[in-house]
Amino acid sequence: MKKENVIEVKNLSKVFGDFTAVNQISFEVGKGEIFGFLGANGAGKTTAMKMLIGISNPSSGQAKVAGFDVYKNAEDIKKNIGYMSQKFALYDDLTVKENITFFGGIYGLSRTEIKEKAEVLIHELGLQEVAKELVGSLPLGWKQKLSFSVALLHAPKIIFLDEPTGGVDPITRRQFWEMIYKTANTGTTVFVTTHYMDEAEYCDRVSIMVDGRIEALDTPKKLKDQFNVKSMNDVFLKLARG
Amino acid sequence: MSITVQHISKSFGTVKALKDVSFEVKEGELFGLIGPDGAGKTTLFRVLTTLYLADEGAASVAGFDVVKDYKDIRQNVGYMPGKFSLYQDLTVAENLEFFATIFGTTIAENYDLIKEVYVQIEPFKNRKAGDLSGGMKQKLALSCALIHKPKVLFLDEPTTGVDPVSRKEFWEMLKRLQQKGITILVSTPYMDEAALCDRIALIQDGKILEIDTPEAIVKHYPKTIYDVSADNMYLLIESLKAYAYNYSVFPFGEFVHYSDSRDSFRLEELKGYLETKGLQEITIDIAETTIEDTFMELAR
Repeated sequence: MKKENVIEVKNLSKVFGDFTAVNQISFEVGKGEIFGFLGANGAGKTTAMKMLIGISNPSSGQAKVAGFDVYKNAEDIKKNIGYMSQKFALYDDLTVKENITFFGGIYGLSRTEIKEKAEVLIHELGLQEVAKELVGSLPLGWKQKLSFSVALLHAPKIIFLDEPTGGVDPITRRQFWEMIYKTANTGTTVFVTTHYMDEAEYCDRVSIMVDGRIEALDTPKKLKDQFNVKSMNDVFLKLARG
Repeated sequence: MSITVQHISKSFGTVKALKDVSFEVKEGELFGLIGPDGAGKTTLFRVLTTLYLADEGAASVAGFDVVKDYKDIRQNVGYMPGKFSLYQDLTVAENLEFFATIFGTTIAENYDLIKEVYVQIEPFKNRKAGDLSGGMKQKLALSCALIHKPKVLFLDEPTTGVDPVSRKEFWEMLKRLQQKGITILVSTPYMDEAALCDRIALIQDGKILEIDTPEAIVKHYPKTIYDVSADNMYLLIESLKAYAYNYSVFPFGEFVHYSDSRDSFRLEELKGYLETKGLQEITIDIAETTIEDTFMELAR
């Protein structure tokens, strides 16, 4: 099977004054892959991701996301990706349905498309009973699932998730990962930024950033074997402590 | 007992935040309150630190009743809230000075207790608290919570949003504080931190699910759990869920944790079934049961 890449990054750097936040990172992410992008606070994850989603210009290097160049086609990138962060909330004072309609509109879907998608989505998430309730009144786990689905409304090639399951209960967290697996299985690439190492365990491959550089990149299993430890948490500790 | 909680309930409007919660923490114990967001952890902390009045039940901390003796409790406990609550526009040193003065003591008097934590942020003592990194804020907050030498320390999700390296350091610090005789009640949503406590209470939706040592809680799991993996995770989960004999199916990192409802379970039979579903590279091995497995079992 030929591997198709949807993210290609080569020697990408970002410099702020005399501080190099991202230092010549290179990696590729395949179609339908769940890729974990890990690092401690301040390691450069967020800066790197901002370049990938087209909201920050690199200082040097190349990157293509969903087939588009980060320098020249940043606007096309934005149309072809979805983004969900733990902090990014839907509008608490809009209902479930209103949120879907609003974001569908933002993503440029037609009224008919929005209507159809809203019905499918509400049904799939089992939100029929609360479709007309304000999002603010829903439990955190439901909000996160809804937020994930909304980020997929425009059928993006890649979805970026920032610490998607922090704080939720273990069962909801697993339901969330099942949604992620399902999404990846349909060919959507899932790019997970996190410093929760248990989230890393679920990814197909992970990269670990330390001080602006990618210090490790492989499957969780191979990384654990390589460092001769039992968990990604221990891999991370070994790398970050040097 | 350092902390006793008896049948505490607390509601906010129609939301029952705590439902008949009871437990005890021994003197010098490191006790963990483990549960997700919204479980009621913060409400419980606020009842015990005399910031909320419970609707029902009784509680005492360091021998003082949370209602009658609230002033004594405030003198004798340290509380580090989940949200960073120091003065952002005061410097590191000023914040510490402030809290020492409020409690009628000085930094010098209790420097021994905070030394280990504080030396790590002392180089930045003239920096405003608001300009500190997450890990440094956490260390300052802990220093301030300790400056009056409390008997009991309440730490509400001290490691949330903190990277693994800082988390590990923080827990090492807690262990050393415990050795100095301080009773510690700490809450966390991270199941892996449960193993670092002497005893834990699992809490969800305002109810305590179980209280015991981490080792004992894991042993209570009623089934043998298997690590199952195959070449397609999504198909694997769907197939296991459709298997008539499954007792539980939960994705667990690179594996799926599977337990079977029958007493006589044959690996080969499950493997054969998964093969008929078109899965390849199937592995099935006995897994190590974790706190999370138990939590999910109890929360079902």
